[in-house]
Amino acid sequence: MKYSLYNLVKNSFSYHENWEKAWSSPDLKPEYDVVIVGGGGHGLGTAYYLAKEFGVKNIAVLEKGWIGGGNTGRNTTIIRSNYLWDESAALYNHAVNLWEGLSSELNFNVMFSQRGLFHLAHSVHDMQEITRRGYSNYLNGIDAEILNQDQVAKKIPHINVNGRYPVLGALLQRRAGTARHDAVAWGYARAAENLGVDIIQNCEVKGIDISNGKVVGLQTTKGSVKVDKVGLVPAGHSSVLANMAGFSLPINSVPLQALVSEPVKPILDCVIMSNSVHVYVSQSDKGELVVGAGSDAYNSYSQRGSFDMIEHMMAPLVELFPIFSRLKMLRSWGGIVDVTPDRSPIIGKTPVKDLFINCGWGTGGFKATPGSAHVFAETVFRGEPNDIAAPFSLERHFSGALVDEAAAAAVAH
Amino acid sequence: MKLQRQQLLINNFFMFIINCPYCGERDQTEFTCHGEAHIARPDNPSEISDEEWGRYLFFRENPKGTHFERWTHDHGCRRWFNVMRDTVTDQIIKTYKMGEAKPEISNE
Repeated sequence: MKYSLYNLVKNSFSYHENWEKAWSSPDLKPEYDVVIVGGGGHGLGTAYYLAKEFGVKNIAVLEKGWIGGGNTGRNTTIIRSNYLWDESAALYNHAVNLWEGLSSELNFNVMFSQRGLFHLAHSVHDMQEITRRGYSNYLNGIDAEILNQDQVAKKIPHINVNGRYPVLGALLQRRAGTARHDAVAWGYARAAENLGVDIIQNCEVKGIDISNGKVVGLQTTKGSVKVDKVGLVPAGHSSVLANMAGFSLPINSVPLQALVSEPVKPILDCVIMSNSVHVYVSQSDKGELVVGAGSDAYNSYSQRGSFDMIEHMMAPLVELFPIFSRLKMLRSWGGIVDVTPDRSPIIGKTPVKDLFINCGWGTGGFKATPGSAHVFAETVFRGEPNDIAAPFSLERHFSGALVDEAAAAAVAH
Repeated sequence: MKLQRQQLLINNFFMFIINCPYCGERDQTEFTCHGEAHIARPDNPSEISDEEWGRYLFFRENPKGTHFERWTHDHGCRRWFNVMRDTVTDQIIKTYKMGEAKPEISNE
């Protein structure tokens, strides 16, 4: 059923009790052309684009929990594309271009809001960094404005520009913003199922069957399945799945936390990020402040971060916005992010034939969801990455052609 | 058992209490984790291939379970040591000095 004003009015006569389920819970079939492992935004999106743009009929998405219950539902929903290197700029800007049409494409409101994002600069070095990145963005056709202190103070009324962390300026991307993270997973799930994709929840992959160097099947908690091609889109558990297929990855899985405050009236109409003092904050449409910071340095699969990290994100937030000091924080949570040495993702082929991987998005995967899914769908279909995905191969860790956003964008994604 | 689990939960919620082999038990905030331990630099750097260099530099075990890692006691003795820790429960199994052999993983 299409979501439209007509159907909204029509369903109101039956007190909204007869809306169809957005997606069903089919049984696992014994055989699929393509199986996507991981039902987050990237995985569901991959299935959607495979069905829509490449006409693949027989697809399943296997999710060990519930769809969007992993990192898709645990991030701070920030979307931007002002990365330094050409390769990253192309990938993340491809995503922003898709974000702009996503709600109408999926017939599902993902609440994409281009409210603008400010990268704060607190020192001369920070100003040089944002200037360099801003000019690099211009060259790549990404919108960027370099602001001075007065301009920042004017645009963000409550910010303290002369505090312990003086704000000298900011890099503004107006096309950046936020989206509703759950809606992204739900929208892709519903749109994919309309194209015939089976979405199997509570189905964990326990083993990967390989014959003569080619993937032939998967062992899952809901039985075994024969496959022609497999796309792994796992996030935190990338190494665990790779080990099942007999190869390893240049990845460490670490906890990343976020938290939200009690809801308040509109006070912050943009996204604020600071790499140097390391906090990022925006206000959700519900009114909560959504706050995030850096990841812990130790490996963990516990989906729980360390307590002192919360202090590390709150201290600079209160310095920058003294007005927030009396807010109560409601909830905090952690997700497990798979971090690569250069903080760029791994998209492409693996040592196993017809087994493809899309992982290593680390602390910044949400913003890339449509772009990642789109280029990975093409990679799975053609068996080769396209021009956008090619620089992000696993191979780069041997050739040395890293896309080093770790040094370029500092830590915050 | 129940008490143990409660204690584990409390320890986990707040932070690790790390038993520095030189100073004894201290808060996690005094320490920094520096990633996987027991990675030996290749003996024959000029002979090994790009792939072998890549594996040495970038590829990590990242196990779901027992993990061996290097920590420093930054705000204490400032010395390096190794920690054996479970990455699912975050429970620290053992801490030991640099140069000591990797402890065996028991299959309990």
